Amino acid sequence: MPINLETIAFTLFAAMCVGGGLGVAVLRNLFHAALSLLLALFGAAGLFVLLSAPFLAMVQILVYMGAIAILILFVIMLTQQVIVPEPYNRQWVLGALAALVALGALFMVIAQLGGGDAPYLQPQPLAPEVSDSGIAALGSDLVDPGRYLVPFEVAGLLLTVALVGAISIARED
Amino acid sequence: MPNLPVAAEIGSGPNPDEPLSIIVAAVLILLIAMGTLIFNIWFERKQVARVQDRLGPNRVGPWGIFQTIADVLKLLTKEIIIPSQIDRLTYWLAPVLAVGAVIMIWAVVPLSPVAIGSDLNVGALYFISISSLGAVGVLAAGWGSNNKYALLGGLRVIAQMVSYEVPLMLSLLVPVMLAGSLSMQDIVDAQGAMWYFILAPVACLIFTTAGQAEVARAPFDLIEGESEIVAGHHIEYSGLAFAMFYLAEWLHSFTLSALCVTLFFGGWQGPFAVEVPALGLLWFFLKTYAGYFILNWLRYTVPRVRIDHMMSFNWKFLTPIALVVLVMTATLEKLWPALFPVDPGRPGFIQSLPRAGILFLANLVLVGVVIMILRQVARRERQRVEDLVDEGQYSAPAPMPEPVEV
Repeated sequence: MPINLETIAFTLFAAMCVGGGLGVAVLRNLFHAALSLLLALFGAAGLFVLLSAPFLAMVQILVYMGAIAILILFVIMLTQQVIVPEPYNRQWVLGALAALVALGALFMVIAQLGGGDAPYLQPQPLAPEVSDSGIAALGSDLVDPGRYLVPFEVAGLLLTVALVGAISIARED
Repeated sequence: MPNLPVAAEIGSGPNPDEPLSIIVAAVLILLIAMGTLIFNIWFERKQVARVQDRLGPNRVGPWGIFQTIADVLKLLTKEIIIPSQIDRLTYWLAPVLAVGAVIMIWAVVPLSPVAIGSDLNVGALYFISISSLGAVGVLAAGWGSNNKYALLGGLRVIAQMVSYEVPLMLSLLVPVMLAGSLSMQDIVDAQGAMWYFILAPVACLIFTTAGQAEVARAPFDLIEGESEIVAGHHIEYSGLAFAMFYLAEWLHSFTLSALCVTLFFGGWQGPFAVEVPALGLLWFFLKTYAGYFILNWLRYTVPRVRIDHMMSFNWKFLTPIALVVLVMTATLEKLWPALFPVDPGRPGFIQSLPRAGILFLANLVLVGVVIMILRQVARRERQRVEDLVDEGQYSAPAPMPEPVEV
């Protein structure tokens, strides 16, 4: 792999993802675990940028970091016991096995797709100089009856139902 | 400005093939953000002094203009008192996140036709997502300080920021829709003939109000209600660590003004801005300082609102209006070209008048309807209180005692 800006950025973001993910799993302090979740999500957003999907990267930051992770932090701030005495339980052997199987499956998929030489596995140019046709295409696809109009509306309806349900549960009377 | 990465056409940022130009652009943006801040603090202190009938800083240099530099030196040499029971990682992460989130916004603010940190094609979305990160810094400060006032302050900020993000985002979509692009440079570019303030005055007002709440400045500065939670989330910070929060807040306020100017007041657009890019920089900063002046004026005139008032103001007033404006603008934008076909290409001032007129009228009608609804609500509320008083369930407050003559 040539050493250039993209490689450095990829290494950095990948390390953020893996390190952050590891932190979520092993840190005893719940608040620190949530902060490392933020780090992992930020790394994923960076990877989306490298994959020429800036829109997805921004939505990742906005939804996952700006809303969901903040909600998690908010809840942790209101809990009594922030330090978990023992983050591991007896199922860690099973968990490690499951993780290994998943990793193996991923490797097999990548190998079948052509290994490390496949064109889409090569580093992508950083912030490509393209018009925002990608966003425009995404937008028109979402309201195109032939494409994703129905799933999009169903997802919207589902979210509305969830919102109404949450409010009706939270109401005191 | 020889150092700015000059691009051939309007709208490009630094050249991605030249790593050096990226670094130069990044450092310049940082310097502009920090350099203006030194001036802004003096500017705002002088202004608040005039609002409050004082003189303001007037000892260090002419008109006290070097006061901020003296203050920075003092803060640099001041001891940072660190409480013993803090959560170290979170405590020290908080000021970095708070400042970083604000400075990162400047990357997409177009300063002139050729000077922009990075002309992302998702610039507007970038601004929204980065500003939502600022909340993490506040949360970290509130929790890491291990202080109940800091914690309460942090919780308040999150409630406030998450709520006001909704109208902020909805009103941001209006200029995005009018320009047909998420790129900040395109949005400014599309305002060559007519500022979006004319086309979307209500969206501009909602954006400014929600932005003021997002920045957490008066009248929305509940996060540091001195009488309730002392200084809020940054209570346990001192010296330079406190200065970081101070810096973040003041810079955020200035950034809000810069974004308002970019989205609604034509950014760097002005006479000869396209021909002479340096003039664009001048127009941009002139407009930004005018906006900053008005925001500060508001800040030092209006008293702090109560927290439940603030929340219902957001969810029952700003958010519904923002939704209506969004739908209204979208409908008119689709109907207008269908009824009166316009020739493609960049419209001049005269050609853009009909579109602006229709949108402006629609906004006026909306304002009228809102005021009518508000009058109804206020009348019912007065009636309700009068009924309560009549039933004897509620007694009107006793009149103020007569002032005693000394």
